Amino acid sequence: MAIIIDQNTNVIVQGATGNQGRFHMRQMLAYGTKIVGGISPGKGGLEVDGVKIYDTVFAAMEDHRVDASCLFIPAPLAKDAAFEAIEAGVKVLVIITEHIPLHDEMEIIRLARLKGATVIGPNTFGVVSSGKCKIGIPPNQFFVPGPVGVVARSGTLTYEIVGNLTVGGIGQSTVVGLGGDRVVGLSFVDVLQRFEKDQETKAVVLVGEIGGNQEEEASLFIKKMTKPVVAYIAGKSAPPGKRMGHAGAIIERGRGTFEGKVTALKEAGAAVATLPFEVPALIKDRMGL
Amino acid sequence: MKLYEYMGKNLLSSYGISVPRGKMAATPGDASSAASEIGSEVVIKSQILSGKRGKGGGILFASTPEEAGVAAARILGGSIQGLTVESVLVEEKINIEREFYLAVTVDGSAKKPVIIASSSGGMDIEEVPDEEIIKYHIDVFLGLQPYAAREITRRLGLTGPLAREMQNMLPLLYRIFREKDAELVEINPLVISGDRLIAADAKVTIDDDGLFRQQGLPRVEERTEAEQKAHALGLSYVQLEGNIAVMANGAGITMGTLDIIQHYGGSPSNFLDAGGGTGMEATAKALEILLSTNPKVILINIFGGITRCDDVANALIKVKNEREIPVPVVIRLVGTNEEIGVKILQENGFEAYKMMHEAAAKAVELAGQQ
Repeated sequence: MAIIIDQNTNVIVQGATGNQGRFHMRQMLAYGTKIVGGISPGKGGLEVDGVKIYDTVFAAMEDHRVDASCLFIPAPLAKDAAFEAIEAGVKVLVIITEHIPLHDEMEIIRLARLKGATVIGPNTFGVVSSGKCKIGIPPNQFFVPGPVGVVARSGTLTYEIVGNLTVGGIGQSTVVGLGGDRVVGLSFVDVLQRFEKDQETKAVVLVGEIGGNQEEEASLFIKKMTKPVVAYIAGKSAPPGKRMGHAGAIIERGRGTFEGKVTALKEAGAAVATLPFEVPALIKDRMGL
Repeated sequence: MKLYEYMGKNLLSSYGISVPRGKMAATPGDASSAASEIGSEVVIKSQILSGKRGKGGGILFASTPEEAGVAAARILGGSIQGLTVESVLVEEKINIEREFYLAVTVDGSAKKPVIIASSSGGMDIEEVPDEEIIKYHIDVFLGLQPYAAREITRRLGLTGPLAREMQNMLPLLYRIFREKDAELVEINPLVISGDRLIAADAKVTIDDDGLFRQQGLPRVEERTEAEQKAHALGLSYVQLEGNIAVMANGAGITMGTLDIIQHYGGSPSNFLDAGGGTGMEATAKALEILLSTNPKVILINIFGGITRCDDVANALIKVKNEREIPVPVVIRLVGTNEEIGVKILQENGFEAYKMMHEAAAKAVELAGQQ
């Protein structure tokens, strides 16, 4: 068990022959991900690192069952590629691309909802069911199997926290990056619901940041959860109105403040770490380890 | 990218939404002749990228061209909320019977466009009670259909010719939002003047990621010089007030680094997200940007996934060999090629930390000693 993806997930890589796509496809293969094809219009028939390249998603699906797609497509073309995968019937899209126009993101997510597809991202590091399947760009060595589910808005901070967990002897069931943009496919609540149902997951780490009201909405769900939750929120020191790197990290008009999120999470019963390296100790404490 | 009020109004007007007659002026003389051209009482509005201009003395009224010149002289060159006023918009003063609020933006949690409307306009929408605000979500595949415009108009309580005005205006507003890759198109106040609806203000924000296909729109630069330099290198940089310069790789970890500095009583001078996979050249240039802001200490926090630790170490040595680094540099370096990177640093007299909080504590201590 794990959530969203597992050892049986068949994956295609859209944009497999580009720099990023090629590098990360090799890393995913090294992690053990079952990649059944790469998509690169005009390059059908080639083979890259042992993976057959197809011109279109539809072509790959004539040869294989495809469960998920990982998109390394330049921002201006990302909407078209995502539409193609959804229309072809792929049910999980992991969109790594950053800087996709907001309006395109709304359309991608609208189509995904119509067709019953799950979108992770855009602007995500991806999703890893540790030891089973990695779709995305995180460094392989830090992700080992275990009982803790991790859901986060930003990438490197998650590596930091997952790295700390792994060093502390705590593996992960699934690690999900929601994506840093204002409009993304999944919310904290969507993922928490899946973790609550997942038998392998015994506790959850939530890595949030200032801006928006996702953490506040998550708090309402955490109240009802049977599994312990440990949270860390980045951006305590960020001044209002300044964009900190990606659209997620901005405080607008007093909403989405650090204090508001921490209070909501604590009231819901979550433990909140002041600094990232405190997360493993809090998890051990909450799990009774 | 935020647009100035006059740019926003030009945009509204080009789609057929009524705005007051007005003209831009950069000198008191220009303002005076603009007022005489308009030929009525006027309002002089400072053009800065911030709200709350009225409270800051950035909006003045004048009944004659002479008064308009005097008013413009008072505003021009002055500073409102830290922003220098370089131009004013001189507009006809309109007769205000009622003020509405009207906007279209993106609701991140619904993942849809949303029309926000209220008959309590003229103030910060955050201060209007929830029950007086209409939120109408739009299906991005359907767009704003006539029935939706009729329903929003009904909820606003408008009837007669004003209702027709509103029903005509809503689809225009939504078209601007969609066609211009806008994050926000806000009219506050939307003024009832006789049987007309007039946009007395305009706040338009364009999605930076959509700018590549918005060649027709003007460009507004709001960033500092250091922020622009970083942007050109593909780095994300924000100027802050403190004295510890920070570089890390990734927005979340960079914010986390700032938080830890503050936790130990220090004060960061910037946010610099060097991103993932930044090569040696860009890293060296990022360091140059940090040095140009004259910090007391530089703190580098790298958790290398795609980013290689040896690249970061080599970048630091490159900069050190090319120029004097007059301030202490504290480095936390772990991840891909960590051993090689740490060895390079040690050979060149730098100490590398393994934990980010240890490095942050050291940086704060050094900043306190300087």
